[in-house]
Parts: sequence; C-alpha cells; structure tokens
Amino acid sequence: MSERPAPPRGGGFDISRAWTDERARGVIFQILIVLGVAGLAAFIVINTITNLREAGLSSGYGFLFDTANFDINQRLLDYASTSTYGQAFVVGALNTILVAVMGIIAATVIGFVTGVLRLSNNFLVSRIVGVWVEFTRNVPVLLQIIFWWLIMLALPRVKDSISIGDAAFLNNRGIFLPSPVFEDGSAIVLAMILIGVIGAVLVGRWARKRQEATGRTFPVGWVGLGLIVGIPVIVYVALGQPLDFDIPEKKRFNLKGGFNITPELIALWLALSTYTGAFISEIVRGGILSVSKGQTEAAGALGLRRGLTMRKIILPQALRVIIPPMTSQYLNLTKNSSLAVAIGYQDIVSIGDTILNQSGQALEVISLYMAFYLVLSLLTSAFMNWYNKRIALVER
Amino acid sequence: MSFKKIAGAVAVAGALVAAGAVPGQAATLDDVKAAGTLKCGINTGLPGFAYTDDAGNWTGFDVAYCRAMAAAVLGDANAISFVNLTGKTRFPALASGEIDVLSRNTTWTYSRDVDLGFTFVGVNYYDGQGFIGRTALGISSATELDGASVCIQTGTTTELNLADFFRVNGITYEPVPIETNAEARAAYEAERCDVYTTDASGLAATKTTFDDPSAHMVFPEIVSKEPLGPLVRQGDDQWADIARWTLNALITAEELGVTQANVEEMAAAAGDHPEINRMLGTEGSLGEMLGLDAQWAVRAIAAEGNYAEIFDRYIGPDSPLGLGRGLNALYTDGGILYSPPFR
Repeated sequence: MSERPAPPRGGGFDISRAWTDERARGVIFQILIVLGVAGLAAFIVINTITNLREAGLSSGYGFLFDTANFDINQRLLDYASTSTYGQAFVVGALNTILVAVMGIIAATVIGFVTGVLRLSNNFLVSRIVGVWVEFTRNVPVLLQIIFWWLIMLALPRVKDSISIGDAAFLNNRGIFLPSPVFEDGSAIVLAMILIGVIGAVLVGRWARKRQEATGRTFPVGWVGLGLIVGIPVIVYVALGQPLDFDIPEKKRFNLKGGFNITPELIALWLALSTYTGAFISEIVRGGILSVSKGQTEAAGALGLRRGLTMRKIILPQALRVIIPPMTSQYLNLTKNSSLAVAIGYQDIVSIGDTILNQSGQALEVISLYMAFYLVLSLLTSAFMNWYNKRIALVER
Repeated sequence: MSFKKIAGAVAVAGALVAAGAVPGQAATLDDVKAAGTLKCGINTGLPGFAYTDDAGNWTGFDVAYCRAMAAAVLGDANAISFVNLTGKTRFPALASGEIDVLSRNTTWTYSRDVDLGFTFVGVNYYDGQGFIGRTALGISSATELDGASVCIQTGTTTELNLADFFRVNGITYEPVPIETNAEARAAYEAERCDVYTTDASGLAATKTTFDDPSAHMVFPEIVSKEPLGPLVRQGDDQWADIARWTLNALITAEELGVTQANVEEMAAAAGDHPEINRMLGTEGSLGEMLGLDAQWAVRAIAAEGNYAEIFDRYIGPDSPLGLGRGLNALYTDGGILYSPPFR
C-alpha cells in the first residue's frame, strides 16, 4: 500500500474530531470489526457447548485414544483393529496424502504434455486434445471417479488375472506387484544408488557452470543415468544379486504376497489426475501463448531446434504465468480426493466418517478434517510460493 | 486465537448451520402436531424393510412402524415426510432434529443408547450378522474365509463385528467398505469381494435382488446380536413413551388377536377382554396418560395391521424375502417377542 499523506499533527488529540481524522476512524473500524468477529465466535462456541450439554453429549478429543475396532485395507503404517481412533486418523491422512501426491505428479505431466500438444501445428492432434480437455473438465469429477472405478471392476476376475511374466498380475481387485525382499548386501546397492544420485546432481552443477563459462554442453542426462542405474546394477550383479522378490501367489480367494494397489486407489488416481490435468492443460496453453512470438523467432534465428526452443526459451518464461494458477489446481485436487468415500477408498474422510459414526463425536471429527486440509493446503501453497519466487524473473 | 481454535469454531458454526434449528428439549409431540407431519428417518432402500412400491410410495417393515406412529399421533397414516438416511447420516439427522423418529434397521447398542444421546424404544426385529457368498466358492462356513475380500457398508456395527470375527478366529481378510447398500452389492456382484456381510435379514433381502439367487448362499454363522429397533432423541420421555407403546401395541395386538380387519369392530364397544378394552380405549384412560386421545392404538393397528400382519406382508415366509419368524415369534410361540402389559 502506498504511503498516505500524514494527517495534520500537533495540537494534541481532540476526541470530538476523532471521526474526521482518517487514521482514528480507521482504528475505530478495526476495533469494531475485531469485537464483532470475536463476539460471533464466542456466541457460536458458547451456543454449541450449551446445546451439547443439554443434549447430554460428551465432547473433547479424548475419544482419539479409544480402540477403533475396525479394519483398514490400505495402510502405510502398522494398523490393526486394536489400534486407536487417533492411529486410524493418521492412516487415513497418509492415504489422502498418497493419492494427492500421486495425483499432482500425474496431473502435472498430463497437463504439460496435452497443453503443448494442443498448440501443435498438427490439426488432428490439437483437435483431439481440445475435445478431450473440454470433455474432461466439464464432467463432474465424482462421475469420473465412479466411471474409472466401474472400469476397474470390469477387469478380469481373480482366477482369470492378466499375468505379466507370472510376477505381476492385474485383475478387478487391483494390481499385484512383486515386493522386494532385502538380503545381506542389498544395503550396498542402495548406497550406490544414493551415491549415484548425489554424483548426478554434482555433475549437473559442474556442467551448467562450464556451459555458462565456455558455452560447451555436456550430456548430463546420459551420465546421470549411468551413475544412478548403471553402476548400482553392476554392483548388484557383482554381489550375487542380494535382492529377492516376494511374488504374488494365487490362493483360494485372492493373490497373496507381493504388493497390492487397490482398484479404488487406481480409479481415484486416474480420475483426479485426468480431471485436474485437463485444467492444467489450459493453464499451460495460456502460459505458452503469453510468451511473445518474437522469442520463438529470435531463438530460430539463433539456430536453436524447436524442442530446445520450447525447453530453454518458452517454458521458463511461461512458467511464471503458469505456477500461480497451478497452485490452486493442486489444492483442488487434494480437496477433491475426499470424494473417495463414494468408491470406498479409505482416505481421511472415509475413515473419519466411520469414526464419527462409531464415536458420535461429529464436531470434533469435522474440526480435524478442517485442520488437516487447512494444513495440507497451506503447506502446498507455501511450497509453490517458494518455487514461484525461485523461478521469478531475475531483474538486474 | 490459535489456528486450531479458529478451525474448531468454524467447524462448529458449519455443523450448526447444517443442522438448522438447534434440537429442543421441549415436547416433540407438540412440534409434530403443529407441523401436521411426522418426520420419519428410513433406509435409502432395502427390500422388505424400506422400498418404494409400484406407485412410488415408501413401504416396508420399517416404514409400517412410521405409519402406525403417524396414525396414532396425527390420525393419518400418510401424514409422514420420509427422510432417507445412510448408515452414516442417520444419527446426526436424529440428533439435530431433522427427523422425529428413526426407523431404519438400527442396532441397539450400549454406546448408541448411552453416549450418543438416543433412546431406543424397543426391538422390532432380532437380527444377527451373517455372510453371503457364491456357492461356486465351495466353502460351507465363514471360518474358511482366510484371505478373502469382504464387502461391508461403512458406518455400521457390521464393520466392527467383522473385525472382531476375523480377529477371534485368527484369519485375515481385506475389508472393502462402501457407503451404500446398493454400491456394496454392485461391488460384490462384480466379484470385487468374495463375500458380502450385513444383518441376516438384509442378506435375505439382498439375495432376492441378484440375477440368479440360487448361485449364492448365506453361511450358517451368525456372528453377532443385532437387536434392531426404532429410536428417538433422549430427553423427551413423553415422545419416547409414545414411540415405545406404539410398538408394544402392535405386538400386543398380535398376542390378543386384534387385527387390521377386526380392530374397528372391537373398538366400537367394550368387549370381554379387559386388556383389549384398555388398549383400544373402551375402558380406562391410557391414551390420555400418553398425551393422546383414547383411540390412538386403534389407529396404529388399523394403519398396517398388528405385528404379525406387518411381518408376513413385507418379510415373512410368503414374501419375496421369505424370512421365518424365528426369534421374532411371540414368547407364546417359542420366540422372544414380549410386550409389557397394557395396564
């Protein structure tokens, strides 16, 4: 806000003139508003407490330490029906975060690819993408979630599972993958991967410095791949393959062992990432169009190839326009994940609703939802703001 | 003010707005009479218990109780606004005053009665949780279900019983919790799960909706006690009494041979049986004690008949559900259905 001309000073403060003094009036309004908000909040809280007491209902967060007594099918932490409501909440929160992170990554990739394709000179490609975007972002996301779920349910049954090399299986109860079993020596392989990642980052930095200094480029991608994948693979073979896999096995009812991704998670993930991806696609298109055509022509004049022009010239400038609206798409995706309850994906709302029903602590459970989504949204925003600042135009 | 407090206050505000009016302690009876309709909470659709007939009217075993109560209180068995509730929404709806009585195959449990602030007025169906599965599975008992996927409706006691059953038997399973009966059934039919579990009566109801009911079997294990009955908000004893004695009137009517066909005739003049006379208002003043008129029980019974008539019409052996009376027979017939006397 710009500086206002200071009100006339001197002569002391005259109470009768308070109303005509701009600053005093401002203070009075602020006080009134604060009082009003505080009064409303106090009224709501007192009214609720009184009503809860009159209805004979208990309140407070002590119920979080009671035994939950129900099971959860997808848990990133140890959880059993003998765990507490509080632990169930944490498991649900992690499930929400899992699908939100997976969704954000996929939506971003889908959005960027389709956004660029929509600007393609190829009429067919840009038309097809255009129709897909309009269709996807105009159909309610709940319908899309149920649509993908029904597709998952229409996959082959367990006994007719689609098998990929007898190690991975796909059926209407999800995807079953072999899970790694670490044996002696596998720690060395993992350490090599870590060292490879660090090495790749260092090489990347060195290459950038060298390019800035001398203009010579360096094949960072290939060298990085060699460091991260190549060397660990050699070490892995040299150590006699110290990694075993637990392969899913057909039992009476289900596939047992390995790692299971439920159809609910897949359906929710596909629905959220394509829905939000369609919005991001439009944001990306807008961002690219905002970069003046002269930039492309200048890059062409310098002899840069089309792909390189897009990567090095257009996208970095477009990102400044793209990032802020993208943040709200990420927030939307996270919040839309609460629609999971319709298909039985056990996210925080699904589990919280069960807790609400069993314990009867409606207000407390709803307040926990709100606090959770608020914190998650603020963290996302904080990260995106940091990133936005990082890529902002450096003015010299 | 900390974030948490603000979040809490906002949540509280939201919940209050959602609930509309704050539930009053005052006489529900007066509110119902003033409104002219009874707001009755029922299932979103469960064959036999709450479903729409060809004309689109709600009907069924649970609905019949609503009709009896509306007839007793308002003199019109159709003066009801039905509110369809899921397992999850039913309790907040009753607590907030959105409905006057909940008749939605709800299990009477300690915590619901004591902690949630409701009063269960009786049991209209003694049920227990069972499992249904395909006969092709080739198993005969639920204890052989190690490693199976099980579809359940969320927000029900079944979810808890299920966890207990598998824990006690030391076997594992994958729960697939789904919000409504219809979607849970769809998931079972698509073989997303091997078995579907709910109350035995619900299983019988669900089985009738399958394309080929004979391809499915209900396992013999009944893993829990599920006394289902209507409930009201705690704190209005008069209203709870009306709800309780409407149910008792239907049961007593069966015991004493009062039916939909003969109730008017019996109520026309005092007969030889003192309890019938007292119940139907030709002797004494039981209706007044309840805050109603003398004919209240006559109308309740005339609405859909006595307990046996309601049972047989909607869920009995000759109905599509084909449930036997079993535990739900009168105590005189080997069941445990027993109403306190009208005295």
